[in-house]
Amino acid sequence: MTAIDPTAHLTAEQIEELGRELDAIRDEVIAGRGEKDAAYIRKVISAQRKLELVSRGVLLFSIFPPAWLLGTAGLSVAKIMDNMEIGHNVLHGQWDWMRDPKIHSTTWEWDHVSPSEQWKHSHNELHHTYTNVIGKDNDLGYGIMRVDEDQKWHPFHLGQPLWNFINACFFEYGIAAYDLELGKNLHKRRRRNPEFRARAKAVGRKIRKQVLKDYVIHPLLSGPSFLTTLAATFTANLVRNIWSHSVIMCGHFPEGVQVFERQSIKGETRGQWYLRQMMGSANISGSRAMHFMTGNLSHQIEHHLFPDLPSNRYAEVAVKVRALFQKYELQYVTGPLPKQVFSAWRKVFRLSLPNKKPKVKTPDRKQELVAG
Amino acid sequence: MTSAALRRRAWKLLEMVTTPLLPSDYLDLVSPLRAGADLRGRIEAVHPETSDAATIVIKPGRGWRGHTAGQYVRIGVDVDGRRLWRAYSITSPTNRRDGRVTITVKAIPDGKVSNHLVRRATPGTLIQLDQPTGDFVLPQAKPAKVLYLTAGSGITPVMGMLRDIEFDDVVMVHCAPQPQDVIFRNELHDLVADKKLRLTEVHTDTDGMLDIARLDELVPDWAERETWACGPAGLLDAAEEHWTEHGVQERLHTERFRPSIVVAGDGGEVTFSATGKTVDADGATPLLDIGEEAGVLMPSGCRMGICFGCVTPLKAGAVRDLRTGEITEAEPGVLIQTCVSAAAGPCDIER
Repeated sequence: MTAIDPTAHLTAEQIEELGRELDAIRDEVIAGRGEKDAAYIRKVISAQRKLELVSRGVLLFSIFPPAWLLGTAGLSVAKIMDNMEIGHNVLHGQWDWMRDPKIHSTTWEWDHVSPSEQWKHSHNELHHTYTNVIGKDNDLGYGIMRVDEDQKWHPFHLGQPLWNFINACFFEYGIAAYDLELGKNLHKRRRRNPEFRARAKAVGRKIRKQVLKDYVIHPLLSGPSFLTTLAATFTANLVRNIWSHSVIMCGHFPEGVQVFERQSIKGETRGQWYLRQMMGSANISGSRAMHFMTGNLSHQIEHHLFPDLPSNRYAEVAVKVRALFQKYELQYVTGPLPKQVFSAWRKVFRLSLPNKKPKVKTPDRKQELVAG
Repeated sequence: MTSAALRRRAWKLLEMVTTPLLPSDYLDLVSPLRAGADLRGRIEAVHPETSDAATIVIKPGRGWRGHTAGQYVRIGVDVDGRRLWRAYSITSPTNRRDGRVTITVKAIPDGKVSNHLVRRATPGTLIQLDQPTGDFVLPQAKPAKVLYLTAGSGITPVMGMLRDIEFDDVVMVHCAPQPQDVIFRNELHDLVADKKLRLTEVHTDTDGMLDIARLDELVPDWAERETWACGPAGLLDAAEEHWTEHGVQERLHTERFRPSIVVAGDGGEVTFSATGKTVDADGATPLLDIGEEAGVLMPSGCRMGICFGCVTPLKAGAVRDLRTGEITEAEPGVLIQTCVSAAAGPCDIER
């Protein structure tokens, strides 16, 4: 949270021009989508399936420590690939243009306890439309944390470093609960709402299937390796959860990222929407392997500008987007993973304590437009 | 427990092992053509026929039920990463020993799939298949005299027939711009040399379009022949008129390759086929708004094209992406984002 609106120097015309320039970047990628991109996602999906198959195979002998280590590492990576580079991105409709019903946002289901249908609503629709708008975007602290000075403090927040740690370990359950808006819906009246009940049932079904597979079926198949396989799948889920939680925390929590008042998005133009995505997201810098393992969410800024572009294109888009940040003198928040994770955690700790209401509000478009 | 019930149980168990994927997702990695898989085929060879036509040899998956001579098959091919479906007549005989089937494709100008198949398809490529279908086939009882009347790539279903069953008395009238454009020319001439076929080639570049009245002179007994005709709409229209005029229309069987005539315009009549509503739409209003206005229950989400919560099948017609201006034409399996798509001519939305 900065005391000064970092976009105050832009006129309304400049913001619309910025929007047009971003549209041009998007159009260029869309026109160039083709065989290479399709081959990429097919290759990733096939590699993920083979890795999972082999890892599960190795874990049948997990009673031997080297097999346990190898199988657990493989399964962790396979689960991360499934959730990040494949699941998240397919469910965004990034690959719908291929018209392959097997790699399509309407048919895909992932290795996660939140049914993809529900996740698409809370993530694609609510989070991506209302990015970082207090009271509209539940990703801001997932309803259990305070991540900006502007949010109201409550004694409950004293424990938020602990809530965040628990959430990291069981992240997929946290996401499922958050998709259900459990906090809001557990009140007496809402609990009986048939729509909520149907959704809660769907989550229950998904959890049952996932738990049965990871903690019953595969351990049973391992026979004498029952317990070690159980421990291995638990570990793989833990690794995947902590990893994805860390990556996702880096997307919107690090210092320098802006949040917005509900009022400020009234009548938002396309240019202003783009600008909000730019100021509300943060990147992670690193190697290609690192980008791959984050499902290219290390290019969070680019992903938020263009959530439906194929993930393998974000790296090239990032160069152009970064140039626009420079041109319009905006801060491109990025840094290596440890730095960003540390920054996000520091904020979680800092905001567990109350603070004085900041003097100057985050971007207020009305003022700005008058000024422009 | 019966073996079928046992198999079902085993499969259920296997599904628990692979959830949320299906066992078939893994089996597809190693054996995409196995029994029980979605029907696919593998391109095994591409043989050029003329400068712009080629025969594609396909090994169909185990689920292939076989075809009847004259039928066509719909295939789904990935062109530039995008799956497109087209129908092609099967040109191989039904009793081909190696179980392969062939289609023969003529590249049409700007044809995405036909040009891809003729010029770029490579052996080893997997394609999607439907079961063969179509009623442009020979009857159970052998007719005494047969006439095949074809033009251009209209020869393809007829070639499937010619290769499949020998008749005692077969005449073929085939139209093509020049001799070198006649697909299967060598094979046809071999049949002629073996006295299995009487052939008249009409070369339209020099002879002009076939005037249907000339049939009297080319095949004097045409009215007595069971006739199979395939070619451009003009030829078939003329044939149907001619046969009807002479009161022998029951002897004429025609096959029309339905050309996809989509005229992309600006706005048009939108049909919501599941609800049975039809309304006029301009070229600038999102179909989501049009539907909601008309009282159709439309799925919606962000209303700005980012969440893919509103995707809906486009059954017919064309729509324009309001952000990029890109036109999307209806094809099986095509879904559109109704919040950023407007009618580009009449269209049918499955809601």
